[in-house]
Formats: sequence, structure tokens, C-alpha cells
Amino acid sequence: MMDILNIFLSDSFWAASLRIATPLIFGVLGALLCERAGVLNLGIEGIFVVGAMTGWMAVWLGANLWGGIIIAAMAGGLFGLFHAILTVIFGLSQHVSGLGITLFASSAASFTYRTALPQVSSPPRIEPFRALDIPILSDLPFIGPVLFQQTAMTWLALFLVAVVWWVMEKTALGVAIKAVGDNPEAVNAQGLSVVKLRMGSVIAGSALMALGGAFLTMSAFDAFFFGMVNGRGWICIALVIFASWQPGKALMGALLFGMFDALQVRLQTEAGAFIPGQVFLMAPYVLSIIALVIVARKADYPRALLTPWFKGQR
Amino acid sequence: MLSPSTTKVEKPLILSLRGMTKHFGPVIAADAIDLDLQRGEVLALLGENGAGKTTLMNMLFGQYTPDAGSVHVFNEDGQETVLPSGQPQAAIDARIGMVHQHFTLAENLSVLDNILLGTEALLSARRNRKSARQKLSKLMHDSGLTAPLDTRVRDLTVGERQRVEILKALYRDARILVLDEPTAVLTPQEADMMFASIRAMVDDGLSVIFISHKLHEVLAFSDRIAVLRHGCKTGEMNTKDADTSSIIRMMVGADHEAPTRVHGIPKQPILNLANVNTKPSKGGQGLQDVNLTVHAGEIVGVAGVSGNGQSAFAGLISGLVQPTTGHVSVNDQVIQKLTPKVMLNAGVGRIPEDRHHDGIVSNMSVAENLVIERLDKPDVQQNGFLRKASIADNARNLTQNYDVRGPGINARSALLSGGNIQKLILARVLETNPDLILANQPTRGLDFKAASDVSLRLFEARDRGAGVILISEDLDEVLSLADRILVMHDGQLTETDSRDRTVIGLAMAGGEQQ
Amino acid sequence: MMQITPKENQSQWVSSGIPIIAAVLALLLAAIPLAFAGAPILEAYGHMIKGVFGSLFNFTEMLTRATPLIFTGLAAAIAFRAKLWNIGGEGQFYLGAMAAVWVGTGMIDGPPALMIPLVLFVGAFAGGLGMLGPAILKTRFGADEVVTSLLLNFIILIFVQMMLEGPLKDPMGLGWPQSEPIVDNAVLPQLITRMRLHAGFVLAIGTAIIAYIILAMTVWGFKIRAVGENAAAAKHAGIGVNRTYLAVAMASGALAGMAGVSEVAGLKGYLTADLSAGFGYTGIVVAMLAGLSPLGVILASLYVASVFVGADSMSRAIGVSSFIADLIVSMSLICVLLGGFFARFNLTFAKKQVDTK
Repeated sequence: MMDILNIFLSDSFWAASLRIATPLIFGVLGALLCERAGVLNLGIEGIFVVGAMTGWMAVWLGANLWGGIIIAAMAGGLFGLFHAILTVIFGLSQHVSGLGITLFASSAASFTYRTALPQVSSPPRIEPFRALDIPILSDLPFIGPVLFQQTAMTWLALFLVAVVWWVMEKTALGVAIKAVGDNPEAVNAQGLSVVKLRMGSVIAGSALMALGGAFLTMSAFDAFFFGMVNGRGWICIALVIFASWQPGKALMGALLFGMFDALQVRLQTEAGAFIPGQVFLMAPYVLSIIALVIVARKADYPRALLTPWFKGQR
Repeated sequence: MLSPSTTKVEKPLILSLRGMTKHFGPVIAADAIDLDLQRGEVLALLGENGAGKTTLMNMLFGQYTPDAGSVHVFNEDGQETVLPSGQPQAAIDARIGMVHQHFTLAENLSVLDNILLGTEALLSARRNRKSARQKLSKLMHDSGLTAPLDTRVRDLTVGERQRVEILKALYRDARILVLDEPTAVLTPQEADMMFASIRAMVDDGLSVIFISHKLHEVLAFSDRIAVLRHGCKTGEMNTKDADTSSIIRMMVGADHEAPTRVHGIPKQPILNLANVNTKPSKGGQGLQDVNLTVHAGEIVGVAGVSGNGQSAFAGLISGLVQPTTGHVSVNDQVIQKLTPKVMLNAGVGRIPEDRHHDGIVSNMSVAENLVIERLDKPDVQQNGFLRKASIADNARNLTQNYDVRGPGINARSALLSGGNIQKLILARVLETNPDLILANQPTRGLDFKAASDVSLRLFEARDRGAGVILISEDLDEVLSLADRILVMHDGQLTETDSRDRTVIGLAMAGGEQQ
Repeated sequence: MMQITPKENQSQWVSSGIPIIAAVLALLLAAIPLAFAGAPILEAYGHMIKGVFGSLFNFTEMLTRATPLIFTGLAAAIAFRAKLWNIGGEGQFYLGAMAAVWVGTGMIDGPPALMIPLVLFVGAFAGGLGMLGPAILKTRFGADEVVTSLLLNFIILIFVQMMLEGPLKDPMGLGWPQSEPIVDNAVLPQLITRMRLHAGFVLAIGTAIIAYIILAMTVWGFKIRAVGENAAAAKHAGIGVNRTYLAVAMASGALAGMAGVSEVAGLKGYLTADLSAGFGYTGIVVAMLAGLSPLGVILASLYVASVFVGADSMSRAIGVSSFIADLIVSMSLICVLLGGFFARFNLTFAKKQVDTK
């Protein structure tokens, strides 16, 4: 028991929680934006891969880190555009189109990677984002390591939570996005474009998702591996329901998840002798399912989610 | 009731629709319609369901792009502008406001957000809600139409939602207001209040196009009447010169007589509800301590504004909603667990409110939809295999007997018209000779002919000895079909002996208003 | 202004032709990434064709590759018909394979006539349970089965690894995480000597035919279709919607489980954690290419298997990444989706009217 208490008191545990939560924060925000506008984006898993690959490759080819971030976001936005064309303009099944985008995006990313680097035994590395070193703040006890020794991408994620919250709650744009996910006809009747709002949300949301992937290759690790996304995108889809499509709760959900994952790693070292390590590896996925089941009945889905809208159709 | 304004000076033109045409597939929904509107008048657009009224207005408002025709608006100086087609924003800019039959409100937003939607710059950080509130409170004061600005729309009553829709248009300084079937969801008293508010604004220069198929409203409220039938304009006249029978002829194309009701002869009780309570259903009230007996050979009409418990009531009889307390018995048998299957087997036939959503599987064939409630019967299956020949025979018989017209029994039922879908459902329900028939809004959206057919079938079933429950928002329909009238309000069901619109209207509103 | 209007007459001919056009189009589009990779395009296609049709061995390899895809394709098709989004085929595949290994590596032994049906049944049952879970979560708690069945894939794969390092580990396996081999009497027989094609292929075809019969001709198939097309109306009509979901989940999972059995008992002989080359996920594409028709699944599987086998051989010959196969398959899916749209709707571009002042 003491050991567990020690875990919770250690700054490294909390720092790890935030670090593990970071890609999920990007992903949940992205999914939130898409779903608030009424579009489920199951392309998320593939878009994570694309973000991871393109961000990394841009830096490997000589761009600076922020250039890599921008490229990753643009690549994600491109696949978002693709998903938006299929689902918003053509009104195709959001489930199937999303799965198609995931397959397409991840195979395109993998193909590109393999084509650019045909024969490498160990994946080439880049110089990733470093932990911030802010005078005074980083040296504060506890808070310093937890908050101020994270990388810039973690701060970007937190900043984007605030931005998305501000947009959704404080601007007319946010009101319009929420309206288009509830009743597109209301938006159309007030002279706004359903198609533009939905496409914009999906593209922006997909760009955010790609940043989640980019964090993996440009901050958490320094190289691209096949299979490194490993279901993180899907977890975000579960988390956004858990978060009732609200940015603040999305942050909390991702942090909670990061905490459990960090705890799991530490328990593994503590209890590894008695329990097979895989039990702990399963934990994140099991937790996501449990979270989903808990909130499922009262989940307040955007009413127009999954419903295509055609102008002047009856 | 209000009298139409009597001063008839020739007023300046404000709007002119010319040659408006729209096809939906092979159906011509509007065929070269011309229509003029003058400043400060109420023009009633009258016609049956499917006559093209809503299509025409949706073209005016840019919801539909017309295949041909143009919309001309005139400003105070008589200057003419042609609106670009298919753009709601253009109509809004020309200060045309539309109150749709199906509310166009985002339910997850507040009333204020709904009203301001589309009026503010999307990314501006400083939203001037204070002046918006001021403008709205003045509007609400002047028009007498009030709504709680900070409440979410999902928590509003239908009447309040209707007012929000009108306020939305007024907030944008509409000088032309289109009201599409505005009274469909209101009590007669609410409707009168709304008409009074609007009449006051018309006297201040607002112009109104008012869509309806209710003749008595149109005669009471409009200055001028235009009649549509099958997508064509068949007549236009001043209301004060209008003559009821000629209008009906213009609407229906022939003299029309609604089936007249002969009082049914009630026999043994079929359905009994004892102290039934339910949870709320589909956004409407739950039932509160409902007691009811329906007898064979009578039509029991349930009037009321939707959302007052009709969903829960219909769900209960359909087997979709469980009572939390109390019990339901059919033919003196208490039903322990209500499911659709149990109710079907107990001899209850159900005509659902939303025929597309609950009544048919539109991507399955007409033949399949005709047997979907009887999949376990020996003429439908043998050892789990479908008896296709027998299913087809059944479909041929029923489509003939019930006059279901469409591209054939193997065609997807989505291809049938609304009236034929309803006939399909009637055929399926009545063919089994049910003891009890639940008819939930059975004629909604149907034209006179189709609606009369449905009414006749219900009379036939009653005279054969079935008990019929008719749920309808349309008080006229209840009055013309029901042997006994109940009013649903706030989850409670009360019987009324009166056949007076005002008395029933008061009961629909809970009897509290004057 | 773009206008989308439904077509009045959907020609049967057009809608069945779409997947073929989409498949060909996706193959042609593959020229873009091939050019991007600097490969000689015509030569590359030549290698692909030869890789599939060049010899009897190549052709039977393609059929071997198609075998699990028919099963997982059927699993997805039957579930999607009921609008039950089973994305967990990959996990159910492993559950099936694991169960087959569990009973088939010495726990019981008997003649093939007993052992083969037994491993098939146990594997199918395990796979079925793998989808029953998400279906129960859906019907009882309203939890979205897309997410739960997806996440279950990861859980099951980790579980397989755990089992392969624990109870199922082959003590003779030189430390590799792999199971003991399936007993000879439980191995699906080869169809042609010296070829890897096995009885699982025949079984898959038979299963597809049975699935077709069930969907088109039985009351249960009627219920599945009704629930999938309009669950509210089906419920109103007295069809047990939740029960149908659960039964479909069981059937769908069982089909994916049989894919696992077929691979482990027909091809590999023992279980490893990389037994599936993403067959569960590819099955979804197969089902979509087939328009969710069970017989179409057979054709779609042959196509997808050809792409994989052909691309492998091309990849070996001219050194293009074999990810090209995944790329072609995913592009086929997108093409078929778009094709389905153009079969159902007309797209017209009306000129914007000029605002005359």
C-alpha cells in the first residue's frame, strides 16, 4: 500500500501522466470538433499515423520542429478534407468512410515511409522537442517537473484546450458548430452554410488529431515505427463520449487516462513478479471500454451525429 | 376570432414570385406559379397536403433551388431586386423571414443563441449580446410574443418554440413573414393569440404569407387567398369575397364531402387501463394516473397538443412503453409485460404516428412490409424459411383490396407516396381483424381523398366491432371521427362531453387560461 | 451551385457493376504511388499479374490467402446488414484460433471426423463470444459497439501474447512465443498435393452460400435485414431487435472465429501472435466491396487476395514496398463508396444566377 502512496506522491508519476495524456488531448479535441459538427471521424487512427509520419519526416528532411508540426497538421487536415468530402458533400456512411480513411491514411503513410527509407535496419532518429527549461519555474519543487519540464507540445495541447473551449463557448462560430451538429436545418435557415461549417470542423479536427500523432514521433519518441499509434485514436473516440463533447471534460478525461496508464506502468514494476505484464498492457483499453459503458446511457450525443444533410432534399 | 381588416386600398407591391417551378424526380411539385404580395396584407396560401405550398415557400426562402422562375422583391421606393436562387442568406438580406412547419431550432442551444445564430460575425470575440437583448425585449413587448431567452430550446413547450421561430424572423427585421402551418401544434386559444399579435404587426406594415389547409382559420385571419392544387395556382380572391364551397372545389378539384359519422354502438369493453403511470417518452410527458375503458364498436378520440403524453400513451398501447404502476388489460386479460409482439397477439393493431420511421422498412419490398408483423404465421414461413409465393399472393390481394398503388409488390416501399404507405399500413393492420386499433395521427400529411379513405376504413373497422383509439392533434379530425372525446393534457386524460371547439381548446390548455 | 438528387431508377446492372469498376479504378490509381516510388509501372503490373496467374502454385496461394478473408468478410457483411458495427473481426479471429489451439493440441484426440468439426465449433463459439460482449454492452448499456469491438481487438491480441508466453506456450518452441502444433487429426486436409490450399477454402465457399440462403430466404434473414434497415420499425412490428443484435453478433463473431481456425488448423498448424495479417480489418473492406452480399464476398475476397499476393510478388521483383497492397485495397474501398453514391444520386451543377441589382 505504501508503494502505491509513494507513486502518487512522486512528481515523476504526475509528469508521466501529463505526458501520456498529451497525444490523447489532441485526439479528443479533434474528435470533439468533428462530432460537435455532426460528423463521426473514425479516420482518427489513420490520421494519427499520418501525423506521426509526416511530422517526423519533415524534420528528418530538414524542417525545424515547428515546421514539422505545421506539416503534420496540414497532412491531417488533408485527410480530414477527404473524409469531409465523402461524408458531408456526398453524405456517405460516416462509419465506413472513416474506416476507409484510416486504412488509406495509414497505408499511405507506411508506403511513403518505406519508399523514402527502403532499407534501414534501425529507424533513423531526429532531434525531438526537449523538455522546457524555464528559469525558476522548472526548478520549483513538484510543480516544476510536472508542469514546466514538459515539452512545448504538451503546452500546445493545453493551450489548444483553451482555444477550443473559447471557440465553442464564447464565439458565434462555436454556437454555429454546435447548432449544425444538433439540427443542420436550423443553421441553413439562418443563412449559414451547413457544408462549410461541417467541412471546416472536420478539417480542423483532423489537423488536431494529426498533432496527436506528431507528438509521438517528435516529442515522446524520436523516430517513426509501424504500429506505434496502437489504438490511441480509438481511445480518443471513447474518451470524447466520456467527456460529453466538452473541451474541459475532454482534458480531464485524457488526464485521468494518462494517470491510469502511468500508474499501470508503475504497478507493473511493483507487481510484475505475480501478475503477467500483459494484464497491465490491457488496462488502457479495458479502462476505455469501462468509461464508455459508464456514460453510455446518459451520453448526450449531438442529435445530428451520423446524419447526412442535403440542401433542399425532402 | 378576429375579423380581417376591412380597409381595402390598393397597396404597393412588396414581393412577386414569377413562374416558380420545381420537380422532385418525376413529381412536379410546383408548376409555373405566379404570386404577388402587397405591403401590409395577409395572404393565405391554401391547398391540400402535397399541393406545393411548402415547396413554393422553400423556393422563396432559398431552401430549394427552383428549376425555373424568379423571386422579385420591392423596397419602399418600389425599386425591384431579383433574388439569387437557392440562397437563404439572400432571402434573409431581403428581409424575408420564414417560420417553418418543422421547427428549425437547435435544441441544445439557448433561445438567445438560436435567435442570434447567423447574425453575428463568426469569430468576433466581442459579441454584443446586450443590445441584442434590448432589441429582443422591445420586440417581445411590441409583438406580445415572449420567450425565455436563456432557456435551452429543448426545455420549451411547442407553443414557446413557435414564438421563438417568429421572434427569429422579427429580430432580423423581417418585413415579409412566411408562416407555414403555424397552428398545427397550438391549442385554439394559443392560435388566436398568435393571430392577434401578427395582425397588430401587419397593421404596422408587415406583410404575411400564411400557409394552411384549415379553411376556418384562413377565412378568419387573411385578407386575400390564393389556392394551389397539384403544384398549380387554381384561384385567387379577396377573403371577403370568398365562398367556402368554391374554395374547396379549387383545392380538391371536385366537390368534396368528408365522410359523415354515424354514431357507433359500443359493446363489450376491449381495453382497460387502470391507474396507469409511465415514464416520459420521446420528449413528451409520461402518463399520470390514466384510467380508460375502450369498448368494441366505438371510436375514442384523444385530442390535445402533442408532447402532453400522446407518445407515452401510444407507446403503451403499441407495447413499446411499460407502465411504471397500474395495469393494462385487453379483452379482460391483464397484460403482464407489454411488448409489441404481445400486443399484436392480444389483437391490437397499431397505426404509428410516424409512418416512415416506425411504420415501414422503406428499403424492403411492399410484400415484405405487408407480412412483417406476422413472421411466425404458417402462411408466411415454414420451418423458418419464408414462403415467398404465399407472401406474394398475400401482397397482391392486399394491394388490390386496399388500393395500394405503386411500382409493384416487389418494389422498395420507399417508392410509394405517403398516402399509399398509409394504405399499406392500414392493409397490414386491418387484415388481421384486430379487436383494438390504435390510429395515431392517421391522416397527417395526407390529401383529402387519402384522408377520407383512411377515415372510412376506420368507420368500417368500428362497425365490424373493433374498438378504435384515434390520437390526433387536429381537433377537426377528432370532432369528425370520434364517438367519444378525451383530452390529453400534462399526462392526464380527461373525458369531455362537449363538442365545442372553445371548451375542448380550454381543456387542451389545461383549463387554466380564460 | 451543386445539386444532389436521388436517381429514380437505380439500375441493378449499374449497382452490381460498380464494385468491378471501383476495383479496376483502384488498380489503375496504384500507378500514382508506383510512379512516386520510381517503379517501372507496366513492369510492375506485369509482376502483379504473374504473381497471381503465373503458375498453379501462385494461383492456389491466392486462394489460400482469400480463405480467411471470405470468413472475415462474411463476418462483417452479416453484422453490417443488421447495422451492428462489428469492427472486432481481428480479435475474434484470434479468439477462434486460440480456442482451436486450446482443444486441438492434445487436450482431446480422436479421428478427423470428430476433431475437425470440434475445433471448428469451439473456434466459432469463442469468436462468437468475442462479439457477444460488445453486443451485450450495446443492448444493455447503450455503449457504441464500434468503439468497444475495436478496443477489444487490442485487448485480445495482448491476451494472446500472454497465453503464448504462458499456458499455451510450446515447451519445444525454443523460447519463441508460439503454441504447440495442432494434432494431425485436427488439421484441415490439403486440397492439392504440394500446394498449401486447404479444405478451409471449400468450407468458406460453403459458408458463404449458407449465409446467402439465410439472408435471402429465411425468417431470421428477414429479421436481420429489417433490423438493419430500420430498427424502430422492426421493433414496432414485434421483431425482437435486441435479440436479433445478439444473435447476429454471435454469428458474425463465429464467422471471424472460423477464419482463425482455418488459418491455424489449415495453414500454419500452430498459433503465433502474428497469425493474422490484418484479416479482421481487411474483412471489413471485403464486405464493403461486396456490397454486403455473401456471394459477393467470395469475389471480393479473391480480388483482395489477388492484390496482396500480386503485390507481394511485385514487391519482391522490383523492390516497391508491399504496403502498396494496403494502399490499393483502401483505395478500392473509397472508390466503391463513391461509386455507390453515383449509382444512387445525380450530381448536377447549376450555374449560379447573377444578382441583377
